[in-house]
Amino acid sequence: MTQTIYTDLLCIGAGLAGERAAIEAAEAGFRVIALSLVPARRSHSSAAQGGMQAALGNCIKGRGDCPDVHFQDTVKGSDWGCDQQVARMFVENAPRAIRQTAFWGVPWNRVQPGRSFFYQGGEKKEKEEPEESRGLITARNFGGTAKWRACYCSDGTGHAVLYTMDNKAVQVGVEVHDRVEALSFIHEGENCLGVVARDMKNGELRVYLSKATLIASGGFGRIYRASTNAVINEGSAQAAALDTGVVPLGNMEAVQFHPTGLVPTDILITEGCRGDGGTLLDVNEHRFMPDYEPEKAELASRDVVARRMTEHIRKGFGVKSSYGDHLWLDIRHLGEEHLKTKLREVHQICVDFLGRDPARDLIPVRPTQHYSMGGVRTDKNGHAYGLSGLFAAGEASCWDLHGFNRLGGNSLAETVVAGMLVGENIVEFLKEREISFDTGIVDDFVKRERERIKDIVSGDGRENVYQVRNEMQSVLMDRVGIFRNEKDLKLAVEKLQDIHARSRQVGLRSSGRGASPELSLALRLPGMVRLALCVTCGALARTESRGSHAREDYPARNDRDWLVRTLAFWPEGGERPILEYEPNTSVVELPPGDRGYGGAQVISADKDGS
Amino acid sequence: MVRMLNLEIFRYNPRDPDSKPRMQSFYLDETENMTLFIALNRIREEQDPSLQFDFCCRAGICGSCAMVINGRPELACHTKTADMPEQITLMPLPGFELIGDLSVDSGKWFRGMNERVESWVHTDKQFDPDASEERMENHVAEEIYELDRCIECGCCIAACATARMREDFLGAVALNRIARFIIDPRDERSPEDYFEVVGTDQGIFGCMGLLACEDVCPKNIPLQDQLGYLRRKMGTHALKRMIPGTESRKMKKRKRDA
Repeated sequence: MTQTIYTDLLCIGAGLAGERAAIEAAEAGFRVIALSLVPARRSHSSAAQGGMQAALGNCIKGRGDCPDVHFQDTVKGSDWGCDQQVARMFVENAPRAIRQTAFWGVPWNRVQPGRSFFYQGGEKKEKEEPEESRGLITARNFGGTAKWRACYCSDGTGHAVLYTMDNKAVQVGVEVHDRVEALSFIHEGENCLGVVARDMKNGELRVYLSKATLIASGGFGRIYRASTNAVINEGSAQAAALDTGVVPLGNMEAVQFHPTGLVPTDILITEGCRGDGGTLLDVNEHRFMPDYEPEKAELASRDVVARRMTEHIRKGFGVKSSYGDHLWLDIRHLGEEHLKTKLREVHQICVDFLGRDPARDLIPVRPTQHYSMGGVRTDKNGHAYGLSGLFAAGEASCWDLHGFNRLGGNSLAETVVAGMLVGENIVEFLKEREISFDTGIVDDFVKRERERIKDIVSGDGRENVYQVRNEMQSVLMDRVGIFRNEKDLKLAVEKLQDIHARSRQVGLRSSGRGASPELSLALRLPGMVRLALCVTCGALARTESRGSHAREDYPARNDRDWLVRTLAFWPEGGERPILEYEPNTSVVELPPGDRGYGGAQVISADKDGS
Repeated sequence: MVRMLNLEIFRYNPRDPDSKPRMQSFYLDETENMTLFIALNRIREEQDPSLQFDFCCRAGICGSCAMVINGRPELACHTKTADMPEQITLMPLPGFELIGDLSVDSGKWFRGMNERVESWVHTDKQFDPDASEERMENHVAEEIYELDRCIECGCCIAACATARMREDFLGAVALNRIARFIIDPRDERSPEDYFEVVGTDQGIFGCMGLLACEDVCPKNIPLQDQLGYLRRKMGTHALKRMIPGTESRKMKKRKRDA
């Protein structure tokens, strides 16, 4: 007998996006349950460090900022890959969303009037904040932005916002069922009815039936070997959505590499370091970024900085180490006090994991997988394509605010803005939604999962789940990384198809009883490989370079042929995704043009080629 | 010289009728910059895939991986093996329900704690979406953040003698949370409101002042200061309650006095 739980809204994920939407529905009087792989406050939102973009324009270096400027930065940052209608909605609502978190208790850093020093590209400068701005939410500099716009709480911004959000969720009675993983979406015709889930405390299956279901499960960075992502970011909810056969994943080839992952642990070192004046140095301790990007230097967009760093390492200017070549991040000049107040997480990470004091020592860094711009494709209301009653928000979604490159600080902002807006839409949807549940259909979905588990636990599979996973991660790392080309991508597709077959031939070496971690991964792995194939096939098909998708054999951004979004569907029993395309934006407020950094060629969409 | 580490790990799977609580020995060659995150994952992948433990961010930020490491509650992810002797004993965090091996149910415990102390801003005000944010001095924001850095890892509970003796003790994590709200001008609770939550033996008066909580806190939160502050504040309030005529629910909060 499988336990069945009924709710109005079911959130898959209890990080910032999921909880923000959950709060909206709970406050409107609906029952909300959030499923989470970990206790809500351990969600990966907590690892966001540097800041959240909202055009408040309070601090002196943010003076003149407004949603229009934020909009332009976001569209340029996306390399004209985003949906401009969504970007417009986002920038207009970000100030309200951030002020609401302040009202709920987030201790945002505030403007302090008077003169103070700051660093820009290693140079000491002075600014003066006026008395009239005293106590308003302040901001720091981030990459790819015209103004200082990243609001922050030291460098524990995600943590502080998540704790406040979960406080609010507890207050309004959002139930969190932690250590529960959604295995598949129950759907009939065009309706999503809920999920079959596995309780990871005891291994038991459970059914959740819901009027509306929201995917807010974060990114899938762990399909790569080296990722800043938490170990839970394996994309199981996206894979389950893909497995419905009717819900497409958008722009899966758009994968962000963060310039400053720590070597060797791949832990994130916030962009706030460079925003606050940190510089990148090579083996000769030469500051090389201005050589490539005279205008923006270290503060070009992440895709550009990550590419320039890789280029520089390839020229032989990397620092050799037993973990491969890396570069240096230098924040020594910011001074001990700044590091211990505004960058204290970074300070602690360096001390704890490297035994290095960033006030005296250089920090070893290199570009590391960081963010998934792609995800469950939704319309501008957050409603998933293909199934009524299924929504998505945050990193798990392709809403599509970020296009082919997300700006630093826009993801944390997206979680609360999309959580709020999609939450409002879900409330409207729930008010009208009446649905009946066919128990026969539900039982079929449960039976399918039960049989999968039985096959893995007592079938005749021989493959080692960790070995197969590691091979998948290596293929992506080695062939679907920062720079891509046809030869490597074709080989990667071939290898991943083989790995996909093997991922379904896993045999356990443990009993699989209770909360078996080996069984959990075995259940997840085939879906992870399917995500990997969506990334790789999308990258192979896209014969241009746009944002984070850089093809060595097609170096130009091709606005003539590729102002489109990839939609990846998985046919039942298929070996690779079916790719379709749609225009990337219905509204063009800012026509494609020069980003102002990156120096890439552009094949114009205009017929005369101008 | 590569060291051979000997990890003695507590094993018990309550869901497996054949499983009995025991210690199991694993041997592992040490590698450069090895942490217990790396060591435990290698043991699971190479030696025993049934081994249960919890990691999430593996960067000392999320609080998932607290366990008792050679007798001391600590985050496993940022514990470097190079700082440890060859013999490493790992036990699950006491004070929390065991899920299996090194994994404990901290989610349930902390949700209960957050509900008990009503860990949210209490206010009669309504959010005005069209208004600018309320101003706050930066130093106040930083003081709140200092206490808000708690990652609910549970080390302070595991190290607390009172918590070991009485299950219903709130512990340093909850008392620190209350201190965080007392200094937050947005929270409109009165001293009496706070007293009702923590002015008991389950709260601040249960604390014996041994301060292991501060010793083991991986985020170096100044717990001693918070416990001392709350004890004085709640003690004074208790006295005022006893003297007729001075008890008042409308007594001003410290932040308004200041």
